[in-house]
Amino acid sequence: MAEVYLDHYAATPVLAEVADAMRPYLTEDFGNPSSLHQRGDTAREALYAAREQVAALIGAQPEEITFVSGGTEANNTAVKGVSWAARRKGNHLVVSSVEHFSVLNAARTMAKFDFEMTEVGVDDYGMVDPEDVRAAIRDDTVLVSVMAANGEIGTVQRTADIAAVAREKGVPFHTDAVAAAGYIPLNVTDLGVDAMSIASDLLYGPKGAGALWVRKGLRLMPLLDGGIQEDGRRGGTENMPGIVGMGKAAELAARDLASRAEGLTALRDRLIKGLMETIPRLRLTGHPSTRLPWNASFLVEFIEGESMLLFLDQKGISVSSGSACTSRALKGSHVLTACDVPAELASGSILFSLGLENTPEDIDYVLESLPPIVERLRQMSPLYAKYLKEGGG
Amino acid sequence: MVEIAQYSDTVMEHFMNPRNVGEIEDADGVGEVGNPVCGDMMTFYIKVDDGRLSDVKFKTFGCGAAIAVSSMVSEMAMGKTIDEALKITREDVADQLGGLPKQKMHCSNLGADALHKAIQDYQSKQKEKEAQHG
Ligand code: FES
Repeated sequence: MAEVYLDHYAATPVLAEVADAMRPYLTEDFGNPSSLHQRGDTAREALYAAREQVAALIGAQPEEITFVSGGTEANNTAVKGVSWAARRKGNHLVVSSVEHFSVLNAARTMAKFDFEMTEVGVDDYGMVDPEDVRAAIRDDTVLVSVMAANGEIGTVQRTADIAAVAREKGVPFHTDAVAAAGYIPLNVTDLGVDAMSIASDLLYGPKGAGALWVRKGLRLMPLLDGGIQEDGRRGGTENMPGIVGMGKAAELAARDLASRAEGLTALRDRLIKGLMETIPRLRLTGHPSTRLPWNASFLVEFIEGESMLLFLDQKGISVSSGSACTSRALKGSHVLTACDVPAELASGSILFSLGLENTPEDIDYVLESLPPIVERLRQMSPLYAKYLKEGGG
Repeated sequence: MVEIAQYSDTVMEHFMNPRNVGEIEDADGVGEVGNPVCGDMMTFYIKVDDGRLSDVKFKTFGCGAAIAVSSMVSEMAMGKTIDEALKITREDVADQLGGLPKQKMHCSNLGADALHKAIQDYQSKQKEKEAQHG
């Protein structure tokens, strides 16, 4: 059976070059960068090299990179660490309503203690209006956090414009670039941001590694107290194989950014166009043009996402969905809700996240496989029957 | 973001090949229920002859478990007397399916509920008829 993996937002394979770079750090080069002997030196050098590689991807200084365990920790550290450090200045946070839960729930946790938060809404495309951010900022605001792009719907935010508003108001601005880094050009200086989160596992690096970039001068309290690793910003012995892997993955992502983006965009557009042409009552979610090269996300009317996933899985096609039935909490995606998608429609969510190993043939296989599945499920759906009776189709 | 529950072979078999999908144009009873937990929907249609369910059909908008549950309920109810069909519980359905993942148990309520609603619809229509004729 064909195997077409289109769930790269959930996981990417580690590239061979990345795995090769990591291997010595699992075996012979096992040293701890804090040690003062030769093994420590080797590790320290590797750690610095990885810092340079990651910094280069976003146009930052290596010293400003803190390695963490992934995107979730990077976001938690940014939201909580910056807020705690700035507590004397104020206790208010501004985040968007389409943030990843590692930002949204981190802010909600802060709000359970001594902080307050404002969630800035989005338009139907999931786009934040910088003027809404301006309106949400108060005298006691200590952090604004708006993602660079949303992985569920693909919408790329006007990051530079939002950062400019925050800067004008004198409030530090963090952006979660987990879904965006390596796929769209991100330069922290050009964007004018103060902190940025990146994850290794969306870059064909290993899971369990991520980085938080924080502009020099922005104070941050560590989430994990311990030794003075990472310049005191994160305690705990460094995950050397993961960090080295992330460094290599970042280097490759920076080197190949343009060609990757071009290839993925072509596949994405082939998929979007093909499905829109063959499946009636299909809606694209997120912004039609300002979107991530790898994201093709839809709402299929009258049917539910999990049943689509299961049928596609039988065909060897792996995708995901933001439907309530597929979530553990049985709640529809908060991102779709924020985009004003009614619950019934959100049930039909399907997300294709494309990756480097995908080919036009993979896309054509989906174009051939999905329409009959949709048709079959619609024949079973009472909502579709109602729609037909009411004169649709 | 998402997690597909692990389904038993029986669930998958019913999901892939659901029995009795459809509508009955001149149904004797129709039961429609919505799932308050995740917002899904199920409609059951029954035909009654001599106190027995001579035909059962359904339409479902829902997850894999919801579709498998509908299919199983329709099979279990087919040919049963009204009383027997009313005794089908959600647990029976889940058992017959070889169990359901914990977070999917609520989908099994939907099947039995929709069937029972269709039967109640039939019964209240019967009462109306009796009243008219009486
Ligand atoms: S119908 Fe929604 S979880 Fe089963």
